[in-house]
Amino acid sequence: MNARFLRALAILLPILAISAALAIWMGSRRMDLEALRSDPIARMLFFRLRLPRVAMAALIGSSLAVTGAALQALFRNPLADPFTLGVSGGGALGASIAIALGWGARVSGIPLLFIASFAGAMAAVVLVHQVARSGAILLPGALLLSGVVLNLVASAAVLTIQYLADPARALQIVRWMIGSLDVVGFDMIVRMLVVLVPAWIALLLFSRSLHLLAIDEDTAATLGVNVRRCEIAVHVLCSLIVGVTVAVGGAIGFVGLIVPHAVRLLFGEDLRIVLPGSFLLGAAFLISADALARTVLTSAELPVGAVTALLGGPAFLWLLRRRQRYSVL
Amino acid sequence: MRQTPLVELREVRFAYTPKAPVVCGASLEVPHGAMCAIIGANGSGKSTLIRLMAGVLRPASGEIRLDGSELGSIPPRVLAKRIAYVPQASRMAFPFTALEVVLTGRTPHTPRFRFENERDCEKAREALATVDALHLAQRRVTELSGGELQIVALARALAQEPVCLLLDEPSAALDLKHRAALLRTLARLREERGLSAVVVTHDLNLVDPVFDSVFALRCGRVGAAGTPAEILQRDVLAMVYDDSHVRTCRLEGRTMVWSE
Repeated sequence: MNARFLRALAILLPILAISAALAIWMGSRRMDLEALRSDPIARMLFFRLRLPRVAMAALIGSSLAVTGAALQALFRNPLADPFTLGVSGGGALGASIAIALGWGARVSGIPLLFIASFAGAMAAVVLVHQVARSGAILLPGALLLSGVVLNLVASAAVLTIQYLADPARALQIVRWMIGSLDVVGFDMIVRMLVVLVPAWIALLLFSRSLHLLAIDEDTAATLGVNVRRCEIAVHVLCSLIVGVTVAVGGAIGFVGLIVPHAVRLLFGEDLRIVLPGSFLLGAAFLISADALARTVLTSAELPVGAVTALLGGPAFLWLLRRRQRYSVL
Repeated sequence: MRQTPLVELREVRFAYTPKAPVVCGASLEVPHGAMCAIIGANGSGKSTLIRLMAGVLRPASGEIRLDGSELGSIPPRVLAKRIAYVPQASRMAFPFTALEVVLTGRTPHTPRFRFENERDCEKAREALATVDALHLAQRRVTELSGGELQIVALARALAQEPVCLLLDEPSAALDLKHRAALLRTLARLREERGLSAVVVTHDLNLVDPVFDSVFALRCGRVGAAGTPAEILQRDVLAMVYDDSHVRTCRLEGRTMVWSE
């Protein structure tokens, strides 16, 4: 096994463990072993609210970060992520249509909400790809521009739907739009994991192909990568992962952008390290951001999307400032 | 009996869009250990032809054979051990080190879920040393000049340990010294390893006497083929480039070409 890969694991796994432990302990009510043993309310709070919430933050954070890393490599664009490419926007639009129409049903255990959100995300990624591709070349500027425009259109459409929907559902859309990790019990988490775990594994299996694609498409093709198949698979897998996370947690920005870059700065450019590394650091990052969102104000809870944007926005600008590291921006 | 050519194209046709065919019935043969140049005017289909030979594109009709086997029937990993292709230099999006880029050339020799081992790193360093670029190993590719990038890409191709190199305008960003060095390297690799090379080039002054044969493309077909001495003639080049101002002369055993 590669030494750099092992070093990344040796550093990131403890970071994840520590952030999870801190987040479980932190909150309006401190949790310690004594309270868990003696106090049934504390126990209920711990197992029904605190633990599921940290788990939710972990799986949404890792999902967004790993898709960010994959999309950056696939599009050979350091500023690509589910948010800037409009994938989150597309997913959000799909999800809000499902909420407005009251699609609470499930198809063989998978909520319709997930399916609608996946469809929206997939439509967005295909559209952006089609707009940005000119012959054999993917235009980096057109890619980001079309992503941003798509995001604006999608959020306008979400607002329109919210305006037209009946008040109860409109409120539901607003609450969900802000992006929150509120969850009671593990039911939803299990339902998400049924979709996410296979998708994560499949995406991670493409690490080497993505590593080669990040260098050059034609070179990757001659080194044995089936470019077309890899492109389609990564599109579908990213849409699936983003769709499910957006459907549940709303559009949480910047995780997919800054986490992969942090991993790159720490462990280098090799996608076979960046992809799993982003997965672990993404979980740790969103767990910490959510713990901060829950505890920074004593009176109320900040939306976690606001915390990631407040941390991620400046990081994004810093990245742009450092763009000499990257030539295609 | 005649030896099977290393690469053989028969009536190959290709179009990016149905109405504008780029390669229209090209046929050529590259013998084992040969150095061939592909020349032609802009838009004559040179880069498309070499991408077809590399297996990046599939022909709409016609046949491309490598050592007698249909290119499309060869598994990609096996093909990657036989043919290495260096596209025209383009900037890379991420700051990989040059060594990381060269190491990707070891992909066909490494199992899918393994990282490259020490031996692969050794091979990659060897490839960089072959093109005299070991000093670039730890440099970031985003900080390299166009010429240095091309040299790194060539090293990556050599790390694949192919039997045939396909190079698309490898000398475009190289200075006088490095152009000559590139050709010397190709000639040496042919001597030492029997490595064949097919090189797309606009630099006609490099062709004679280094290359064994020249294919001159015109409108997507091989308009003329032969030795450098046969092709680098005023009337042939005038036809190929559709330019009556082409001039040639012999100088110190080379053919110099220019347009008035």
